[in-house]
Amino acid sequence: MAKGVKPRVKVPKTASAGEMVTLKTLISHKMESGRRKDSDGNTIPRSIINRFTCAFNGKMVLDVEMLPAISTNPYFQFDAVIPEAGEFHFTWYDDDGSVYETKKKVAMA
Amino acid sequence: MEVTRRETMAIGGAAALSAFLPNVSLASTNDLIMGVTGGAEAASGGISMTAPEIAENGNTVPISIDAPGAVAITILAAGNPNPGVATFNFGGGAGSQSATTRIRLGGTQDVIAVAQMADGSYAAISQTVKVTIGGCGG
Amino acid sequence: MKLTKILPTIMGLVAIPFVALAGEDSQLTINEEPFVTSVAAPAHLENVDTIFSGWVFRTDETQALQMDDFDNPAFVFIDQAIDSFNTVDGSSGKACASCHESPEVFKGLRASMPRVNSSGDLETIPELVNNCRTERMGAEKWKWSGGKMAGMIGLIGLQSRGMTVDVAIDGPASSMWEKGKELYYQRVGQLDMSCSNCHEDNYGNMIRADHLSQGQINGFPTYRLKNAKLNTIHGRFKGCMKNIRATPFKEGSDEFKALELYVASRSNGLMIETPSVRN
Repeated sequence: MAKGVKPRVKVPKTASAGEMVTLKTLISHKMESGRRKDSDGNTIPRSIINRFTCAFNGKMVLDVEMLPAISTNPYFQFDAVIPEAGEFHFTWYDDDGSVYETKKKVAMA
Repeated sequence: MEVTRRETMAIGGAAALSAFLPNVSLASTNDLIMGVTGGAEAASGGISMTAPEIAENGNTVPISIDAPGAVAITILAAGNPNPGVATFNFGGGAGSQSATTRIRLGGTQDVIAVAQMADGSYAAISQTVKVTIGGCGG
Repeated sequence: MKLTKILPTIMGLVAIPFVALAGEDSQLTINEEPFVTSVAAPAHLENVDTIFSGWVFRTDETQALQMDDFDNPAFVFIDQAIDSFNTVDGSSGKACASCHESPEVFKGLRASMPRVNSSGDLETIPELVNNCRTERMGAEKWKWSGGKMAGMIGLIGLQSRGMTVDVAIDGPASSMWEKGKELYYQRVGQLDMSCSNCHEDNYGNMIRADHLSQGQINGFPTYRLKNAKLNTIHGRFKGCMKNIRATPFKEGSDEFKALELYVASRSNGLMIETPSVRN
């Protein structure tokens, strides 16, 4: 598990049925690209979050394949449709096998 | 007479211009687009991209892409050591086929977005982003 | 608002008669609350009429990152600091929250720091944090500019966001303030430059690819795109001195504390923007 990884998501607390909402997601992660060298000249191995997914009530919203060119502390902003009350499930997959996740409920306005 | 920031840099001449990293074109924009489409032609309409003309820092460059009706959008950085950046796959729960993220650019280069549409066709767009380096802030 | 200023040249830079700052027409709003980013300079500043937040000097894209707390990358570190605030640490079995109900009790603190305490010492927020940790929590000191400290002072500073910087420069503070002022105008290092050479004489100009700001610290700790993390005031002072090829003073030293007091007073009248986003 990479150290100090913390997600932060912006999700509205309520929405009307069928409303489109904009979501913002951030997670603290170094995204070690695998191209840097340490002070001894050895390449620091790649260690990134390689995939991000977002689903609402189990239905896929976004699934991002990520490469090292995504900046440190990966950020995504995107739109989702809220057909009914439910829950967003956000997942980030780390090269080292860890999975970070957070869930946010949305009620009907 | 007011001088814009960009004009200021032009007046600054060599000092300012030399701060831009040279145009890197390790892989041509067209080759990279073909790499995603498998050789198929990509239309130039139906996809838009927002990227800064001049990136304040190559570490964190905000990029937005939008292709209504797309199944997936792939972002490439033509001048990076590895051009691949990310592929956004949109599901039925998406409210639009658009996204914003922040990417690393190793130098001035073309940033490319290729959208795969629901009918199997492709659309592509590219924009040159200038990446500056150095100054006192480092 | 157009900025017109005739700037003298130092180091043979081309004189630019009129400089339009990137985004000078943009208004800073944070979560839609308007923020003032330029005001009349405080009376003690002789060579500057208007003081500007560092926000003004950044590109439109960088400016946008500070305008929403979910776009601002600093906030993942603020969230971590909130967790830290509520976590027991040290032999006394206490968390910050054991004595300080919530971070909100620190509202107003950042706006008047650094300040002279009742013992006559100039104190800064990292020192207050470490004093609590070592003397009241039985915990280890945090490094001045390490991630944990930067996050915590970011959290504390956030409580003063939007408040006006108001640092005392007279009375017990005056001797340290004078010392800080002397340091600000003193040339150092292989490049033989003082803080004022860039930040007072040449703000608004380009130094290679960097758009020089006035070097105000009202947004610190700041998330820099350059290193994708929160940067502290003394950390930046150290970096600046290294850029001039000078041997930097130590973080937490009397010199940097005096300089912090003086530099903070140069922003008296601006608003606290902690945690800001800069290049």
